[in-house]
Amino acid sequence: MRNVGWIIGLAAGAFVALLLSAFGQDSLFRIHMGLVTAVLALGAVILMRLPQVARVPAGVIESNKQGYFDDPIRIGSVLIVFWGAVGMLVGVIIALQLAFPDLNFGPWLNFGRLRPLHTSGVIFAFGGTALITTSFYVVQRTSRARLLSDGLAWFVFWGYQLSLFMAASGYLLGITQGKEYAEPEWYTDLWLTIVWVAYLILFLGTIIKRKEPHIYVANWFYLAMIVTVALLHVVNNISMPVSFLGSKSYSLFSGVQDALTQWWYGHNAVGFFLTAGFLGMMYYFMPKQAERPVYSYRLSIIHFWALIFLYIWAGPHHLHYTALPDWAQTLGMVFSIMLWMPSWGGMINGLMTLRGAWDKMRTDPIIRMMVIAVAFYGMSTFEGPVMSIKSVNGLSHYTDWTIGHVHSGALGWVGMISFAAVYFMVPRLWGRRQLYSLRMVNWHFWLATIGIVIYAAVMWVSGITQGLMWREYDSQGFLVYSFAESVAALHPYYVARALGGALYLSGVIVMAVNIWLTIAGKVRSERPLVAPATVQPAE
Amino acid sequence: MSNKEIDDLSGTETTGHEWDGIKELNTPLPRWWLWTFYGTVVFALGYTIAYPAWPLISSATPGVLGFSSRANLDADLAAAKAAQGGVIEKIAATPVAEIVKDDELNRFATAGGKSLFKVYCTQCHGTGAMGGVGYPNLNDDDWLWGGSIDQIYTTLTHGVRHEADADTRFNIMPNFGADGILTTEQIDQVAKQVASLSGVEGGAASPEGQQLFLDNCAACHGDAGQGNPDLGGPALSDRVWLYTGTLEGIKAQLVKPTHGVMPAWGVRLGDVAVKELAVYVHGLGGGQ
Amino acid sequence: MGLLEKHGVIERNATLLLTLSLVVVCIGGIVEIAPLFYFQNTIEKVAGIRPYTPLELAGRNIYVREGCYVCHSQMVRPFRDETERYGHYSLAAESMYDHPFQWGSKRTGPDLARVGGRYSDVWHVEHLRHPQALVPESIMPRYGFLADTELDSSAIVGDLKANAIVGVPYTEDAIKNAQADLLAQATLDGDSTGLKERYVNARVADYDGNPAKVTEMDALVAYLQMLGTLVDFTTYDAKANYR
Ligand code: HEC
Ligand code: HEC
Ligand code: HEC
Ligand code: HEM
Ligand code: HEM
Ligand SMILES: [Ca+2]
Ligand SMILES: [Ca+2]
Ligand SMILES: [Cu+2]
Repeated sequence: MRNVGWIIGLAAGAFVALLLSAFGQDSLFRIHMGLVTAVLALGAVILMRLPQVARVPAGVIESNKQGYFDDPIRIGSVLIVFWGAVGMLVGVIIALQLAFPDLNFGPWLNFGRLRPLHTSGVIFAFGGTALITTSFYVVQRTSRARLLSDGLAWFVFWGYQLSLFMAASGYLLGITQGKEYAEPEWYTDLWLTIVWVAYLILFLGTIIKRKEPHIYVANWFYLAMIVTVALLHVVNNISMPVSFLGSKSYSLFSGVQDALTQWWYGHNAVGFFLTAGFLGMMYYFMPKQAERPVYSYRLSIIHFWALIFLYIWAGPHHLHYTALPDWAQTLGMVFSIMLWMPSWGGMINGLMTLRGAWDKMRTDPIIRMMVIAVAFYGMSTFEGPVMSIKSVNGLSHYTDWTIGHVHSGALGWVGMISFAAVYFMVPRLWGRRQLYSLRMVNWHFWLATIGIVIYAAVMWVSGITQGLMWREYDSQGFLVYSFAESVAALHPYYVARALGGALYLSGVIVMAVNIWLTIAGKVRSERPLVAPATVQPAE
Repeated sequence: MSNKEIDDLSGTETTGHEWDGIKELNTPLPRWWLWTFYGTVVFALGYTIAYPAWPLISSATPGVLGFSSRANLDADLAAAKAAQGGVIEKIAATPVAEIVKDDELNRFATAGGKSLFKVYCTQCHGTGAMGGVGYPNLNDDDWLWGGSIDQIYTTLTHGVRHEADADTRFNIMPNFGADGILTTEQIDQVAKQVASLSGVEGGAASPEGQQLFLDNCAACHGDAGQGNPDLGGPALSDRVWLYTGTLEGIKAQLVKPTHGVMPAWGVRLGDVAVKELAVYVHGLGGGQ
Repeated sequence: MGLLEKHGVIERNATLLLTLSLVVVCIGGIVEIAPLFYFQNTIEKVAGIRPYTPLELAGRNIYVREGCYVCHSQMVRPFRDETERYGHYSLAAESMYDHPFQWGSKRTGPDLARVGGRYSDVWHVEHLRHPQALVPESIMPRYGFLADTELDSSAIVGDLKANAIVGVPYTEDAIKNAQADLLAQATLDGDSTGLKERYVNARVADYDGNPAKVTEMDALVAYLQMLGTLVDFTTYDAKANYR
């Protein structure tokens, strides 16, 4: 039998989880560990029943010849789409819950539990899988080296998926640490730490055995992302479990120190997870798809170091005017403003890489996606520094403006660049000449773009409305609105936001179909997007 | 670095490296980019000199402007007060019953009370102060604790059954059923008696009921059920009900009396705010 | 240009690249976070702050579990409108025993930092059961199930112990009596003298209006009703704590 080691490992893991479940100190922990047992056991069974010699489709054999280890990347490409659809579906559901509160079904499907499911679902499941998958793809090709170890790669890949499962199922059960974007409880955190350190070793090891003399810029970003996320994750999650057989823990820090640690983490989850990592993605897939050299090596260097140095300082902009002392707020503000140009360095390097290839915008919807991604990256990294200015933040903080900002970054930048990367990788991974349909990519592009524009525009209006209503005074100096009136005023915007989100989600569904049929080896017979110039009749 | 070449399309030199077919141009940093970056750095440095910023040994640099968000707030509040042109001070100094007699103060206090009411009271008393089950309507002239402006002012300052306030208005109904004060039959009789006072369906007056009422209820609710604002005993003879106002509801109140709690606002909002609220509530229509 | 040439060294050495990146990203965090632990003025000196009673702590855990923080902040900023709407701005001292902090980042619902004492227990129970019944515009979910779920307090001693380990000053005595204190605070006719000795101004009530059992609703409402009530702002010296 193949995979004996893995099967034993999984079975042992399932057994340990079963023991933990049996001796668990609280019912949530017992249920949670029961679920983990089931998943690990299922994994073992699936591995055992895997055919002796896997039947590999022809195209795949072809693409395997390069000697790279692409098996997890293939699975990853599919999972990116899957998690994207799930995370965004939950996004649409919570958007609807805010418009129609009767859609809450407590306790498991209440907004308070589904919202973290959404944020973790899109950031860590969709985004994280995209980062891991593309980093495997990019590091091998730009280093001309196979991943350090196949086994370690599998461990990182599935280990990460297991942590996602633990996090997601935990949220629904009500297992949470109550720190935004760091909600998983201590044991899930511990498991993720192990996986992440393995990832660091795998990635670093692969770079070390590279056959290129220089490390490519995409890998600088991936590497900085991996190591910084490890640091952030470990420090922010230090906590004291009530019992080592229980689900509950109390974070080591409290109050104001906990707040700054959390937003040092939270902001850099944005800065490194959602920015640096995805810049790595951009630096590979954009020049590849455009078939153009990267615009400026010097800009790469300066903006890389400036970005990672400055980002770390910006966390306090999430705590403007709170009980965090003023001095720290000042630092958060000025470092955010200094971040503007280093962020735009990435945008410039992306956009200007297309110099001389702008015509591809017309013919290639994947390029178009990349361009819109970079454009939204530029937009949200301009908006961010603006929102970091204390007086602006005084209005925007606590409102939907933040939500609008988040999603122009998330839907525009993170989403679009990941979709583009998947469209790029899938035909190559399965040895297909082309995607099933370019026109469907075009559809996806438009659905997503219109969705983002609706989402962002509506949230700006609603955020500013909210912020202004809260502080509206009449001529005699009295507050004009009750809180409930501001809630009522947002209803139409919440409906429109759900609509925008639904459009964006439907784009992902179109993508899923396209990817599926591409993998199946089908090609849609369709007119090319742009009619060849030669058919223009002479006058 | 031997593989440097000139990129045809841009005319720029490459760095000579190649990764999976990707090359890099050696384009210099865009000037506008660099200068804007320098600009932000200069701004940042200047700003950190002006405002509290750099942490040192035991505190951070205070900044030459001496800024503090908390001090800023106090300045804002003072300015807002000044903008109200001394009216606040006048309200503070004037007994609430006098405020309603002064046109300027009355108008001002009503506006302030209206705003405060939205923020602090509508959650219980509803928008428009219409009340709800357990939360009295404040528009009508039926008052649990009295509808004169002073009585309202006292109610607001100390709340009703708000334990944290030593002077809170307090009165609770005996538990006639569970404590065995009245038999089930007697409860039925007196409930029907009460129901009959205002024509609640199922009500029926009877001599026994009347007697029971006088013996047990009149102390708080008045001989004829007209209510007793000094004790917070609601009127039972009108059609205004705090709770459900059905025969079942009346019986329930005898078997398992419920009592509303109204928070005390004196300490939380301050005397001026409470005066404004009292003026506003008094002016809603039912003030006496 | 010399500097950029030297960058080639880093580009050829993965470990160097890793180390330098790590060093670069450590600086900001250290400079900003470390002083918060040793600056004397980070946490204001005020009277009245005490650890949560066991019942309040249990309620807080439900608050965290249900994700109330995704809609509610607990941080009143020093703005005129906020102080008029919610009360005195929040002090760092008021969350010094909060592991984790729950300041929040989004106000889909109002700030709760000072909600304690602002409503009656009955109101909270009704509101949590069916927010729209009291506030028609509300978009808050219903939490009626809390009133049906008995509070699992079996781990409360462990909860206090874990908090003590991370620095909350729970005494031996408090830990030993955690279970009893929890029950005493939710039961009207029980003996609450010990509770009140250990926790200044602890309030005893039948929070959920159901004397038959101690439910999750009891705990959550007990928590909500103490929020922001510990500091007596009539004696608070604001100027001493500008920073
Ligand atoms: C927690 C809910 C709640 C809030 C908030 C609240 N009230 Fe009340 N209020 C009550 C209840 C319950 C009563 C009835 C008390 C009783 O049963 O005697 C009451 C009674 C009153 C009364 C006395 C009515 C009478 O008939 O004597 C006045 C006046 C009043 N409220 C005004 C206000 C104002 C003004 C505010 C805001 C500053 C306010 N209330 C906020 C619950 C509330
Ligand atoms: C010690 C004082 C006291 C006595 C005696 C008393 N009540 Fe009450 N009753 C009250 C108070 C106070 C309330 C108001 C409860 C509240 O404000 O929430 C009340 C409320 C009521 C209500 C509900 C009114 C409404 O508007 O929904 C009814 C009905 C009632 N009482 C009937 C009676 C009857 C019948 C008796 C005698 C058998 C009685 N009460 C004896 C104090 C008393
Ligand atoms: C979907 C968002 C949402 C969630 C989740 C939510 N709330 Fe609310 N909450 C609101 C909104 C909106 C309001 C304002 C309208 C109202 O009073 O219902 C509110 C109001 C409140 C109020 C009244 C505050 C005041 O000053 O008027 C309290 C108390 C409260 N919520 C507690 C909670 C608790 C406890 C939880 C978790 C168990 C929770 N909420 C979860 C949206 C939410
Ligand atoms: C179909 C698309 C999506 C919809 C409809 C959607 C909807 C929502 C909604 C309704 C919220 C809660 C807002 C609130 O509490 O007021 C939210 C929060 C959030 N979403 Fe999305 N979302 C979508 C996609 C994404 C994607 C792709 C990402 C990231 C890659 C993302 C990241 C986030 C984050 C980080 C928050 C929390 C913001 C904050 O706390 O300030 N979302 N989303
Ligand atoms: C220069 C770059 C950026 C700066 C300076 C910046 C600044 C800010 C500011 C000031 C806030 C509001 C904090 C508050 O008031 O609560 C914020 C929130 C947020 N931003 Fe950005 N932003 C930047 C780029 C981005 C990008 C590219 C993304 C996403 C891909 C992003 C994702 C988020 C998220 C998720 C939040 C919400 C955090 C929360 O409250 O839960 N940001 N950002
Ligand atoms: Ca965690
Ligand atoms: Ca947030
Ligand atoms: Cu940030």
